[in-house]
Amino acid sequence: MTADWTSLLFGKLTLEAIPYHEPILVVTFIGVAIGGLAVLGALTYFRLWGYLWKEWFTSIDHKKIGIMYIVFAIIMLLRGFADALMMRFQQAIAFNGHEGYFPPHHYDQIFTAHGVIMIFFVAMPFVTGLMNFVVPLQIGARDVSFPFLNNFSFWMTVAGGIIVMISLFVGEFAKTGWLAYPPLSDIAYSPDVGVDYYIWGLQVAGIGTLLSGVNLIATILKMRAPGMSMMKMPVFTWTAFCTNILIVASFPVLTAVLALLTLDRYVGTHFFTNTDGGSAMLYVNLIWIWGHPEVYILVLPVFGVFSEVVSTFSAKRLFGYTSMVYATCVITILSYIVWLHHFFTMGSGASVNSFFGITTMIISIPTGAKMFNWLFTMYHGRIRYEVSMLWTIGFMVTFVIGGMTGVLLAVPPADFVLHNSLFLIAHFHNVIIGGVVFGVFAGINFWFPKAFGFRLNAFWGKMSFWFWLIGFYFAFMPLYVLGLMGVTRRMSQFEDPSLQIWFIIAAFGAFLILLGIGSFIIQIGYSIWKRDELRDETGDPWNGRTLEWSTSSPPPAYNFAFTPVVHEVDQWWFMKSNGYRRPLSGFIPIHMPKNTGTGAILGALSVVFGFAMVWHIWWLAIVSFVAIIATTIHHTFNYNRDFYIPADEVAAVEARRTQMLPAE
Amino acid sequence: MRPETKMLSRAGLIAALALPLASCNMVVMSPSGDIATQQRDLIVISTILMLLIVVPVIFLTLLFAWRYRQTNKTAKYDPEWHHSTRLEVVIWSAPLAIIIALGSITWISTHTLDPYRPLDRISAEQPLAADHKPLTVEVVALDWKWLFIYPELGIASVNELAAPVDTPIRFKITSASVMNSFYIPALAGQIYAMAGMETKLHAVINKPGEYEGFSANYSGAGFSHMRFKFHGLDQAGFDKWVADVKGSGQALDKATYMQLEKPSIKEPVHHYATTDSSLYSAIVDMCVEPGKMCMSEMMAMDKGLICRIPEPTTAAREEKAIRPAT
Repeated sequence: MTADWTSLLFGKLTLEAIPYHEPILVVTFIGVAIGGLAVLGALTYFRLWGYLWKEWFTSIDHKKIGIMYIVFAIIMLLRGFADALMMRFQQAIAFNGHEGYFPPHHYDQIFTAHGVIMIFFVAMPFVTGLMNFVVPLQIGARDVSFPFLNNFSFWMTVAGGIIVMISLFVGEFAKTGWLAYPPLSDIAYSPDVGVDYYIWGLQVAGIGTLLSGVNLIATILKMRAPGMSMMKMPVFTWTAFCTNILIVASFPVLTAVLALLTLDRYVGTHFFTNTDGGSAMLYVNLIWIWGHPEVYILVLPVFGVFSEVVSTFSAKRLFGYTSMVYATCVITILSYIVWLHHFFTMGSGASVNSFFGITTMIISIPTGAKMFNWLFTMYHGRIRYEVSMLWTIGFMVTFVIGGMTGVLLAVPPADFVLHNSLFLIAHFHNVIIGGVVFGVFAGINFWFPKAFGFRLNAFWGKMSFWFWLIGFYFAFMPLYVLGLMGVTRRMSQFEDPSLQIWFIIAAFGAFLILLGIGSFIIQIGYSIWKRDELRDETGDPWNGRTLEWSTSSPPPAYNFAFTPVVHEVDQWWFMKSNGYRRPLSGFIPIHMPKNTGTGAILGALSVVFGFAMVWHIWWLAIVSFVAIIATTIHHTFNYNRDFYIPADEVAAVEARRTQMLPAE
Repeated sequence: MRPETKMLSRAGLIAALALPLASCNMVVMSPSGDIATQQRDLIVISTILMLLIVVPVIFLTLLFAWRYRQTNKTAKYDPEWHHSTRLEVVIWSAPLAIIIALGSITWISTHTLDPYRPLDRISAEQPLAADHKPLTVEVVALDWKWLFIYPELGIASVNELAAPVDTPIRFKITSASVMNSFYIPALAGQIYAMAGMETKLHAVINKPGEYEGFSANYSGAGFSHMRFKFHGLDQAGFDKWVADVKGSGQALDKATYMQLEKPSIKEPVHHYATTDSSLYSAIVDMCVEPGKMCMSEMMAMDKGLICRIPEPTTAAREEKAIRPAT
């Protein structure tokens, strides 16, 4: 009788789900709890709650949301990287019968969490954050098309991240690898809640990602400043545009495939089961139809970042703008017809395999063209070695190596011997770290002064760059070698002692990357401390080329007092070289959206809903779901959504800026 | 080029690439089976082709980065130069040329090295004898061990595989639980083992020796130890191995199999002197367990129920069952 009541109240959740018997997790929990309490205490002590809620959490300002995305990504990077360190540590010691520190059931969660977190909650929010912050400024807009939706998208992404993080201390995470292939992820082989955390974390975050994709497409299509035809958009905006098309076209596939897996696990359907007519390969196809575009979703925006950085710091127009745009579009389209290259080894026929192998190789043509375009942008330039430019050069050298090993893996017979090996792991870290991560750091260093009005300290930025760069080579070149030695991925223990030295080198590389991340954190902290020395009052610290540099740093809430009229791709450069003068009068009231807490509330309810579904707490799932719907409907009756910034206030803000700017 | 010089130059090339890493045993780069050797050659050729463009790009990046640094006032500076049709043509056509070459190689090699395609040679020097007889091995991935059934010999073994050198081996591969990937790097590339489906691999081992085999697709808690030894033996050695297996006395019937199928980690090597000849097909059909309906039966019923299509011929059905849907 009591058992009935507890299961009705708590579903599958019992005290046993708290991993108090695992010392590593207990220590982690204590650490997180102390750190968390310290942060909460500090926020309370300094009375920052109200400020955070009013100025940030409820903000529908694309700039603040962009910054919050990036802060969220940095926090999740620490978690994802902690997983990486543990893996490198385990693999460096688990030899000669030594089991290492993590038994398989723990180690398997670590590599799954590492993959999921790094892709969904680090790389995705980093690029979404950059796009959110930069795109409206680059196209001369006041905000995105749907400012509330933007805030809601952000909180759904955070909610997904929180659901995944809860699994660390309540229950466990999936032990399936980051794509959760069935039959392993089916209820028959993974009866625990791990896969459910995975499903609900990704479903909730996926809604956020999809909606932010819709939002940015609408923004880019409809909100460009007058005169900015598509072929006058800055390259970063172009790549953001293509990225969001990819998001909108591919994320529904992920949602659908996860929904089918959910039905298999919760209702007993047989979409992907071994028995009763299920087909696991259907899942594999569907997840990669999302999964391959996903890697381009990550890398296209950073191609845009590099394009902006290389032309700014070479003080020269981007070479081959048109060819750059077409290359981006070609990659966008091709990324949909290559998915099968992730499973050449599942027995497709030779013609099917060759088709997908060759389409994959074709992507390297536009990518190669982009590489040459950056190269010839540097040619006859005047290159300033600011931190962003260092990341760009590091990227150009590193990424081509990753591209080369990628094309190698696209040759099906070569893939037969390299698939699932550490060679593959080395390859995709080579392109994701050497491409996406380097690009994100280039972007953060580049746009930080725009966001906050002061530059990031260059010394710690360079430290961070060199540690990351050298650390990357130490960490992943040994994995290429190990792959050629026939070592496969996701192993928690090894028998061949001759492999150990390579794993130790790789662990050393991971340690260097740790120093790189540490330097980055120090860079931010130090720069905040020395912000007065690093202050940029011009709004244009790098002698920039596109519109975001024409406004103040940080930009006013309304971005531009007057919507600019565009004549050139490098509009700001054009304005500067043609003796542009800031208008000092004639301001009119500006129509702006109002902050709202609905997004944060919906995000919080989604966490409750996800948690209830994971643990089969049906009453709570129903209550929270109804609450989500009710809150949404309630929000539609909120007519108090907008306001006008009076012309006087605009004039005052602009007058303050005039005082800061050097007299002309 | 004469075949010997061609081989010498190829060996030289491989040596040059492998030299810095000579200390470790790169089995993928120095395999012992003809298929894996051809796959290795393909890796080398593709890499060299791509280096034709990658090396200049890296070199030019570093050169331009150095030459056009801000402090170098002697370098030309042209802030408005941003287009050159001639350069654009080169930029797009150079990678295109490489990909045309690599794409052709891919198309040909993917067909010749299709794991489903029966071998047409023993090695580069040794053609296939007219009266050759391939050895069939049925491979079953279990949680977390490998079962090898030799239908022609009526024997089976767990976590140990043996084959005579220079004899084509025909693997038929399936899984009784989750996905695994059957991989012996020294022999040939991998292919997945999936429940309810059969994949195929044709390969040959050319040098006697003891090689590592394992699952290359993560399959759960016992995955790290899902390994076996593959013995490439001369004919006498193989005959002796078969005799040893037959001497073990144990039989692999469905009841024994049901016991074996239960998850276990670090399973020691077992030998079975006799096997139930219908076992493997029952595993693929997922009806070893007494009283369980076979998949083929169920599919036939479904078909009859839904649209009453005339039953396909046996040959057509087999053809369909062999390749998993993609």
